[in-house]
Amino acid sequence: MPTTAPTAHALSDVTASDSTLSRFLHGLPGVDAVGLEARAASLGTRSIKTTAKAYAIDLAISMVDLTTLEGADTPGKVRALGAKAVHPDPTDRTTPTTAAVCVYPDMVAVAKEAVAGSGVKVASVATAFPAGRAALDVKLADVRDAVAAGADEIDMVIDRGAFLAGKYLKVYDEIVAVKEACGTSARLKVIFETGELSTYDNIRRASWVGMLAGADFIKTSTGKVAVNATPANTLLMLEAVRDFRAQTGTQVGVKPAGGIRTTKDAIKFLVLVNETAGEDWLDNHWFRFGASSLLNDLLMQRQKLATGRYSGPDYVTVD
Amino acid sequence: MAFEYAPAPESRAILDIAPSYGLFIDGEFTEAADGKVFKTVSPSSEEVLSEVARAGAEDVDRAVRAARKAFVKWSALPGSERAKYLFRIARIVQERSRELAVLETLDNGKPIKETRDADLPLVAAHFFYYAGWADKLDHAGFGANPKPLGVAGQVIPWNFPLLMLAWKIAPALATGNTVVLKPAETTPLSALFFADICRQAGLPKGVVNILPGYGDAGAALVAHPDVNKVAFTGSTAVGKEIARTVAGTSKKLTLELGGKGANIVFDDAPIDQAVEGIVTGIFFNQGQVCCAGSRLLVQESIQDELLDSLKRRLSTLRLGDPLDKNTDIGAINSAEQLARITALAERGEAEGAERWSPACELPSSGYWFAPTLFTNVTQAHTIARDEIFGPVLSVLTFRTPDEAVAKANNTQYGLSAGIWTEKGSRILAVAGKLRAGVVWSNTFNKFDPASPFGGYKESGFGREGGRHGLEAYLAPSSPEGER
Amino acid sequence: MSTAEKTEKAEKTEKTERLSVFKTYKLYVGGKFPRSESGRVYEVSDSKGNWLANAPQSSRKDARDAVVAARKAFGGWAGATAYNRGQVLYRVAEMLEGRREQFVREVADAEGLSRPKAAAVVDAAVDRWVWYAGWTDKIAQVIGGANPVAGPYFNLSSPEPTGVVAVLAPQQSSFLGLVSVVAPVIATGNTAVVIASEKAPLPALSLGEVLATSDVPGGVVNVLSGRTAEIAAPLAAHQDVNAIDLAGADEALARELEIAAADNLKRVLRPQGVDYFETPGIDRMTAFLETKTVWHPTGSLGASGSSY
Repeated sequence: MPTTAPTAHALSDVTASDSTLSRFLHGLPGVDAVGLEARAASLGTRSIKTTAKAYAIDLAISMVDLTTLEGADTPGKVRALGAKAVHPDPTDRTTPTTAAVCVYPDMVAVAKEAVAGSGVKVASVATAFPAGRAALDVKLADVRDAVAAGADEIDMVIDRGAFLAGKYLKVYDEIVAVKEACGTSARLKVIFETGELSTYDNIRRASWVGMLAGADFIKTSTGKVAVNATPANTLLMLEAVRDFRAQTGTQVGVKPAGGIRTTKDAIKFLVLVNETAGEDWLDNHWFRFGASSLLNDLLMQRQKLATGRYSGPDYVTVD
Repeated sequence: MAFEYAPAPESRAILDIAPSYGLFIDGEFTEAADGKVFKTVSPSSEEVLSEVARAGAEDVDRAVRAARKAFVKWSALPGSERAKYLFRIARIVQERSRELAVLETLDNGKPIKETRDADLPLVAAHFFYYAGWADKLDHAGFGANPKPLGVAGQVIPWNFPLLMLAWKIAPALATGNTVVLKPAETTPLSALFFADICRQAGLPKGVVNILPGYGDAGAALVAHPDVNKVAFTGSTAVGKEIARTVAGTSKKLTLELGGKGANIVFDDAPIDQAVEGIVTGIFFNQGQVCCAGSRLLVQESIQDELLDSLKRRLSTLRLGDPLDKNTDIGAINSAEQLARITALAERGEAEGAERWSPACELPSSGYWFAPTLFTNVTQAHTIARDEIFGPVLSVLTFRTPDEAVAKANNTQYGLSAGIWTEKGSRILAVAGKLRAGVVWSNTFNKFDPASPFGGYKESGFGREGGRHGLEAYLAPSSPEGER
Repeated sequence: MSTAEKTEKAEKTEKTERLSVFKTYKLYVGGKFPRSESGRVYEVSDSKGNWLANAPQSSRKDARDAVVAARKAFGGWAGATAYNRGQVLYRVAEMLEGRREQFVREVADAEGLSRPKAAAVVDAAVDRWVWYAGWTDKIAQVIGGANPVAGPYFNLSSPEPTGVVAVLAPQQSSFLGLVSVVAPVIATGNTAVVIASEKAPLPALSLGEVLATSDVPGGVVNVLSGRTAEIAAPLAAHQDVNAIDLAGADEALARELEIAAADNLKRVLRPQGVDYFETPGIDRMTAFLETKTVWHPTGSLGASGSSY
């Protein structure tokens, strides 16, 4: 069967069958791991000082999806988290709010109430997070539940088993179904669990499956496995959204999640965004950090910039 | 609001440049016999950094005599002792690396990012590597108990002043030779700081002599009858002149000269990494690199896509103050070099190639040239044949691997080449056919003291680095007698 | 053929009324046996001054043609497997052994040696081919190898032939010396344009006949006879010659040729005192080898183990 290289207008044909999708994904340019990591490391040496640092810290705070995803989550814990998202630094009201709080579906209603009126969104993981090992109906019910409870954003996980087995269309169809379940009210973040996909080539392919299926965001990880967001895998996903917009005109956001704990790390990611996807992505509509402890470090650094003194953990809240 | 990086200059406070420097002969700083001096300026600002003694023929003779005298004891020293001197030097370079990086950036104009992350680590590594050889020469494959040659006359360029010094001095000393080295006239300072490192290391006097000066001093050094070994890195034209000078003598000669490296990108390349490799290949050190990938050979079927990516990437390059830690593109080393680059770029336009540079504001003082690429270039264009030695990339296309190899090899040079493809067999097939001393596949401009470096054809002969690099400083091993 | 033998043959002829057949010595270029394009020959005599034969006196155009032939042969020969080159060189030894008597005669005449001494020379020359035949697939292992660079890169240095090598064969040792300078050049995959000993070119020209029947591809070795200085000058200046072995040049000529060779930075092997009976080192091979170093990223097996 003759094949032709996909072009922008032909991208809809790509998902016509398992074999067309597979051929398309395997036809994407390969990724050289050493080169990718070297580029990420090189951008990591950017020295962001003074005014640039202040800008970056506020931007990073505004991009945090403040997250709690524990079996032990309680309404009290979620309410505290919501308060923190709305007023990250109670001593300084000029501090931006975070982008969202991110909770399990059963906590969406509580979270919604906690952030009401602040502009902070409520994101919910769904689709049998984090393993995603459930029947599609169950996953969709999970999503509908969260959306019904008022979630503004849904963070779904892809079926890594299907992906690694080469059943890309199954992965695609599931994302399409979840997107549909999100309706028009919730934006969809698609989590690849890059640590389980293992190779950079897989991460690039997964990015395209996600974007073709209508993801609003592509997201690295659940935070529940050994390797989560890294500069390299995030750089790779930034290249993917950049290329996708160039081909289709559709902009997709990126969310690294898990393992980003310090201001220094966060700024490195912002440099990656700035110099890879570009400034159009330097906005919490298009870039997020899935994190919890990061926020306090950002706040301490913010205080340091404001006062000239190094801050300490007793001067930020522990929620 | 855009993410504007605030200035992040590396501090100059770590560095103390004296108002004047002498020649370093026989362990002492001394004035030139004729009292001549020259000024060395910072190419990014045209600020005069220092006034340096200018060596003449008489000084060359003095230095060679000092080196000859020192050779007797130095070559008789057990290898293990020579090794320890070199290890000391390596360690002191590491200790003083920030100071030296700032110095090199000031005197050369290259970004601190490069001197800090590339030049200086490689300098220390090179001394460390050759230190280890000094007492193991019996096992290096040049016969038992190989002998040094004597006095090495070494002339180095301005593009990697301290690194080229390391490439020359480390193997020479490890093998028991003594050295008279002439740094380039636009970048004498790091070599003079190195003289101080020799002092700190307690290196016996006369083992290393440093003669700042111009081409006349280099010519006198090369022609000096008591020099046994000549090592030169620089232009092909000067290399040929040196080859003529040493013709008919017993002087051993190694030359690292120009290049016009082809960077070949196939349609199945890892495209984002290829773009990085192209950028590294031609814009590292403002393209003032003999092994630069100055010719981009891109498969015609992906030309548009690749050029779009490349142009987008070039737009993110940050040109400006070399001491700023975020600077990607620094200053051109000298007014002369800038004039040469400018003239060749104009020639490219005049011959019909299409010129493109990203929007880029050049500082008002100093020597600057915006990153530039030329498309619609053919093999016949001057900019596809002549070494520009600046941040100027000539883009050519090819249709098949055969054609890529033919075009890549269609040059009098043969120093470096790059291959970008995800197909392993193609890498090996193309690498095998390229007439170049260093082939980077799916990477570019990587250097390591253990990796031999040097050219085919008019890019010179001999290898620097690795076990191979010892050969240039050892007498022949075969029973066929001396060369 | 020695003078004595010729006289003997002449006498025989008288008795049997059969005239011996003289050999017309020709150049060996591109696998063919042309005369000099100049039409010139010069008299070659034995050490006592007796006429042996007329040898072609090559011109600069013959040199040019030889370079073209050598360049044309280079790709195939350099690209042949080292094992194959070893087989071919060994075949040269076999063929030479079979024509031992002829070469003993020619060497004795050329160099004024006694028969046993000439035989020792020829035997040593045969053995030299065998020695180099064994080197073809070993030199790369001896002088190349993996380099342990400080980074995630595979890095390999391997020797590659320099290209077309002009060889001024030794003037005195017209056969063993010749073999000793030609064999290392082609063992490593180079092709050669050889200028035979000016006074004693016949063994070299006869070697061409051996090479032609030894599976050595045409053009790999090209043998020119004539005035060394006249032929060497255009070769030293030739932009498509990559290297030059000055074994057969005197001091003044060597200097002049080295200067000319600088125009395209030929690799130059200067003349040196060599006892060709001694087992050579590897310097004659490494003199005409380039080192190519190839880098390739290695990297981790996947993204899981990446940085930070």
